[in-house]
This record gives sequence, C-alpha cells and structure tokens, in this order.
Amino acid sequence: MRRHGTVEHEIYLDNAATTPVYPDVARAVMKCMIEDFGNPSSLHRMGLRAERKLKEARERIASALGVDADGIFFTSGGTEANNLAIVGTALARKREGRHCITTQIEHPSVLNTFKYLEKEGWEVTYLPVNKEGVISLDDLKKALRPDTVLVSIMHVNNEIGSIQPVNEISNLLKTHGNAPVFHVDAVQSFGKLTLKPAQWGIDLLSISGHKVHAPKGIGALYIRKGVKIHPLQWGGGQEKGVRSGTENMPGIVGFGEAVRWLEEVDRDYLYRLKGILVAELIERVPSAVINGPSPEKGAPHILSVSFPGIRGEVMLHALEEKGVYVGTGSACSSKKGHVSHVLEAIGSRKDIAQGAIRISLSYLNTEDDVRRAAGLIQECVKELEGFVRR
Amino acid sequence: MERVALLRYGEIHLKGLNRPYFERALYNNIVRALEPYEGVTVRKAEGRYYVENIGDNPRVFDSIAKVFGIISFSPALKVEKDIISIQKAAEMLLRQAIEGRSAAQEGPFTFKVESRRSDKSFYLNSMELSRKVGGYLLKRIPNLKVDVHNPMVMVNIEVREWAYVYCQTIPGAGGMPVGTNGKAVLLLSGGIDSPVAGWMIAKRGVEITAVHYHSFPYTSERSKEKVIELCRILSQYCGEIKLHVVPFTKIQQELYQKCPHNMLTILMRRFMMRIAEMVAHREGAKALVTGESLGQVASQTLESLCATNDAVSMPVFRPLIGMDKIEIMDLAKRIGTYETSILPYEDCCTVFVPKHPVTRPKLEKVREAEKLVEGEKLIEEALANIEVLNVKG
Repeated sequence: MRRHGTVEHEIYLDNAATTPVYPDVARAVMKCMIEDFGNPSSLHRMGLRAERKLKEARERIASALGVDADGIFFTSGGTEANNLAIVGTALARKREGRHCITTQIEHPSVLNTFKYLEKEGWEVTYLPVNKEGVISLDDLKKALRPDTVLVSIMHVNNEIGSIQPVNEISNLLKTHGNAPVFHVDAVQSFGKLTLKPAQWGIDLLSISGHKVHAPKGIGALYIRKGVKIHPLQWGGGQEKGVRSGTENMPGIVGFGEAVRWLEEVDRDYLYRLKGILVAELIERVPSAVINGPSPEKGAPHILSVSFPGIRGEVMLHALEEKGVYVGTGSACSSKKGHVSHVLEAIGSRKDIAQGAIRISLSYLNTEDDVRRAAGLIQECVKELEGFVRR
Repeated sequence: MERVALLRYGEIHLKGLNRPYFERALYNNIVRALEPYEGVTVRKAEGRYYVENIGDNPRVFDSIAKVFGIISFSPALKVEKDIISIQKAAEMLLRQAIEGRSAAQEGPFTFKVESRRSDKSFYLNSMELSRKVGGYLLKRIPNLKVDVHNPMVMVNIEVREWAYVYCQTIPGAGGMPVGTNGKAVLLLSGGIDSPVAGWMIAKRGVEITAVHYHSFPYTSERSKEKVIELCRILSQYCGEIKLHVVPFTKIQQELYQKCPHNMLTILMRRFMMRIAEMVAHREGAKALVTGESLGQVASQTLESLCATNDAVSMPVFRPLIGMDKIEIMDLAKRIGTYETSILPYEDCCTVFVPKHPVTRPKLEKVREAEKLVEGEKLIEEALANIEVLNVKG
C-alpha cells in the first residue's frame, strides 16, 4: 500500500475482499474514459477504436486462461458471472432434468442463486466438505443422477482458501452418462493458481476484475464452445446476445491491463509471503488456530486464523486501530450468533468460528508487511486476551 | 397564486405573560427547520405563522411536520382578494383532491365550502362567499355534490390581508418549541429506545445534547456512524445536536478485570451516568435522559434503576419508563429512527455482558464493588478524550 501514497503505516491484508487498482491499470482506465471513450457498437472511427480495445482485452484474458477469445463474455463482476452461469444453464437445460449439485461452502452469489432455483422447483444437492474444506469425489459420484444438469463448484474458497480438485471433478463428470454442465467459480483462484479450463474440460468459469487489481464492476464468464446459456438480460445483443448492454469499457480495459501485469508477476511470491506470515504467527502467538487447509495446501493468498476467546470482529477492529486491515470472511454479528457457513461446514467449534479473521495477501504486499502484521497481531492478542467473554 | 402554509400552534396559547418568549422560540425553530429551502420565508400574524414562497417543493411540508410546537398546518394557496382568484384557487385544489381519490371510491365526490372573513371590508360576507365559490365549483367540475354534514373534502377560505384557500389540515408534531424548557443530556446508544426517549423529551421543549459511549475495538466505526445518523434524524425535530462520543473501552475493561461479573452491567451504567452528568455540567444541561423502560432487561428492574440513579444527583428523565417494547418500536418507526436503530452493529451495552447479571442489586454491594476500580481517574481520562461532533439534519 505504501507505494500508492496511502498512509505510511497502513498494511492492507484484505485482498480477498478487494484489491487496490494497480497504478498502470488506473492510468489505462483513465485514458479509456477520456480519450478512447467510443462505444464499440458505433460505426465511426471512435467506435472502431473502442472495439479494438475491447478485442485486445478479451484476447488477453482468454490467453491468460488458455481459451479462445470467443469464449469470454464480460459481465458486471463475479456475482453476475455466477448468476448467469447457474440460472442461464438451468433455463437452457430445464427439459433435460431439474437437479443440480454444488457445495456447502460456496460464495453467497452461488448459494443464493441455487436457493432461488429451489424455490422455482429445482432440486439441489449441497455437498459437504472435510475438515480441510474439500469435497470428496465419492460424495459427488453418489450425488450424480440421470437428471443432474449442472454441477457448480468453486475453485478456491474465499474464507479459508481451500482448493477443490476441479480438474479431477471435471474428469469424473465426463464419465457420467448425462454429462452435466460443469461450472467453476474461479473468482478467488484467477491470477493466483494455474487455471486451464479448456484443458480441464470446464464448461463455465467465473472470474472478477477487482480481485486482481482491476476496478470493481467488471468480471467475465468463460463459456466453452457449444455450451448453451440462456441470457438473463436482453437488449442490443452485445456479447453475442448472452449479455446485452453497452460494454463497460473502462472496466474491460482495466481488466485486460491487470491481466497483462499478472503475467509478469512471480506466481510463487504469494506462497512465500504466506509461509513467512504463518511461521511468524505460529512463533509469536502459539494459541493461534489455523482454520481449513494447512497453509501449503490452501490457496497462496488466503489464511483463516482464530485466536480462541477473542471474537474475530474485535480482533479486526483492534488491528484496524494499529493500521492493519484484515477481514472476518463473513459479516457476522454476535448478537444474532451467526457463524460463517464455511467454518460451520468444516466443523469448527463455535468459539473458534467466532474468533476467525481472514488475512489475505496480494502481489503488492511485502515481506515487511506480513512480518509487521504478525507482530501487531501478537500485540493485539496480548491486549485482548484478558477480556475473554465467559 | 402562491403556495404557502398556515401553521397553527397550540399549547403556547395557554401561556400568559411569557407567551411572546415561546412564540419567538417557535418562530426561530420554524426558520431553522426551513433553512435548507432557498427563498422560503416565515411570517407571523394573528396567532399563527405563514410559510411563504414555498414554490414547488413538497419536502417543505415534511420539515414543517417535524417542528415541535405546531399542532397542525395546511398547505394553502394565497391569492388576491377577489372572487375570481378565490374561485380559481378552490377549483385547482379540489381537482387535486379528486385526483388523489383512490380508484376504489365510487359515486359522487362530496365537498363543502367554509369561509371566514377577518377582513370585514370584503364585499361578500362569509355565507355569500361560500355560496359563490360552491356554485362555481359545481358548475366547473362534473360529478360533484355538496354535503354540509360529512363532506369528503372541506374547501376552506380565509379572507385576511390576502385570501387563503386550503383543503387539507395536517397534524403537526405538537409539544413545545425546542429550547423553551432548558437543556438535557441524552444517553444515546445505537438501540431502538434511546432515540425515542430523546424525541419525547425534545417534544416537551427541551434542547438535547447527546452522549454516546464508544468501545472500540469491541464496537466498530460503523456503530459510531450509526449513532451519528440517529442524531441526524433527531436533529430534524430538535435542531443541531451536539454529540459527545466518549471512549469507554478502558472503563469496561477495568470493570471486567476487577469487579464481580454479575454486576458488570449495573457498574457500567453508573459510570455512564456519572460521565453524562459531568458533560451536563459542562454544557449547562439540567437533567439526564435515558431510554430505560421498566423491566425490559436486568439493568432496568426497579432495584437496578435505583442503583443507577444513586450514581448521580441530577434528575434523570426516563420518558419510556411505562411503555412496552412494541409501543416504543411503533414510535421509533413513526419518527424515522427505527430502520437505523436495527442495523446490526454492536454497541457498548453488548460488550462484556455477564451470563447471569444481578436483577436485584443491593446498593451497598454495588458501591463496594465500584471501589475496586479507580473510578475518578477513569472518568477524568474518558472526559479528557471526548470527541465532540455537531450533527445537523
């Protein structure tokens, strides 16, 4: 953060919530807004210029995923991509069956969409996960039915960073007679893990710009050639009629620019940072409990950790006072006693679940950031430990 | 033809020699409430107020409805004192009223014209004026009928220095002009009750200064924002509110570490009262106001209230004392604070809540428990670090 002119002592470690826009990206966005502001559908030269920019961004994102540019459909973000994938498939295949499979630990943009489908008469199986937050292929196999038309499973969990074996899941589905559509919510893994939807046989894949240093309000859905999706909005027929509406050009250009930058970064950097963070934390705060997968098995940028007896929210605010910004992974209020559905699914004890904070890293964080953060966490734990609620 | 409002006040009429004082206060409050609207003016005449130059801004009426001391008001048209202007104004208002009639209502639309004349030089008397206007309306608007006993709409005409025509009388907020009954300190949490308590006391003409206890990191910046928003809503009724945000974490932590846990809440409340009393002294306020309601929670039993009171010598007003939660919620909805109050951010009262709080604390024991912390020092420190915000609707 320091590099972006924010207050010297602030350390931003809530990158799974959102990331700062990378300066080069912001410059590209600004240029797009005030110079290359044409509508790609316009017939004149300005329109053509915009269309070229659009094509360029689409190709760059496609190439980052190793797919054809034809398969990238821009949306307003991860939520819309997930909604479009799920409801769009349901509407397109409703005559073939009315059963879907997902997991208990999906993002609300997936879970709530399936809840909506359930109200509309669909049947949905929610697969459980183990202590590490991973589903079992056996469970999936058992859940598959002749009328299963859609399987939607996230790649990286946003709260605990567990990674689902999407490649193996895809292989498994291919052997299933009815070949249900396979959707992967890759919002948290894009830009951090290897992602090869075409090679792995994934049909639909959602990504989002603001998790990878692009602006908010831009995302994309990859649709494998031949997979039918019913549109959810109608208009001028942009994005081949799948997603009408004038393209969010500043967002798209920024997304493309961020992806270009991502190609240059060292993908192992986040794992190294996380390694340092975990080592420092364990040494300084022996009582800390790591939730979900062991740090090297989980995603490189997400660490869920609990400090027994200290509520996550209190810890978050105490850290905030010292200039460290983390998340709790779920907006919960102790008054209502809500516990994260993800932590509940991995079988966390209630007090551990209530004590969880989520530390999430980005390529812009430094070793110094995580070391200092660990030190400040230690300070906070010391200050708060005396006030455990009984 | 100009849009105006006629404002009527009630209780002030009862005041004897002090009446001009109350009238001036009310005038100032109306002016202040209408400050945001450019060009709108307020004029006083014959036991009422006129809001003029309203133009086409219906929000002016919402603001008028929130001024304590006004019992009712009427949006009116101000016209020249000639029969044609009056007839035209009446027709316009009546047509509006008919348009506003719900589709479910059928049959003829009934009305009555009632005239008053303080300008006796006007060439028609009241009866004649009513008849002329009524006849005109019957001729101009189809499917209309006069009903003198139970009309759907009453067309009122007042001939004074100008002629005023109106069809609607809207209840005002009632009560006394804010500021005419001194000043009090309101203990404002983020909950449903305390803003309502503040509103009720302000209604009796009391100026409100608010105190909020902030327990960062146990409560968040958002919980503070929520209290600021509550003050903003209240200030639409009582004018600008000075909000004192008191850092309370240290006191709560000390109490938690050193005192018996079953007495935490009552001890906390005593500290809150003491600090509020100190703020009251600073601000020239003469009383404290809380949102307590008898028996609602453990800290609001009669014994607990006594133990809380014991901490201060100033009068403590608890306007909600006899109200049910449902009644309080209804009132909160009416005054517009409910939606903000139910936002799920923690407030200081939910930090360190004991599992089994005492419901019948013995004063002796409470006083004893309190000695386990250095109260004066803690209070001094809290007072020294108060953050003051001036909040305006």
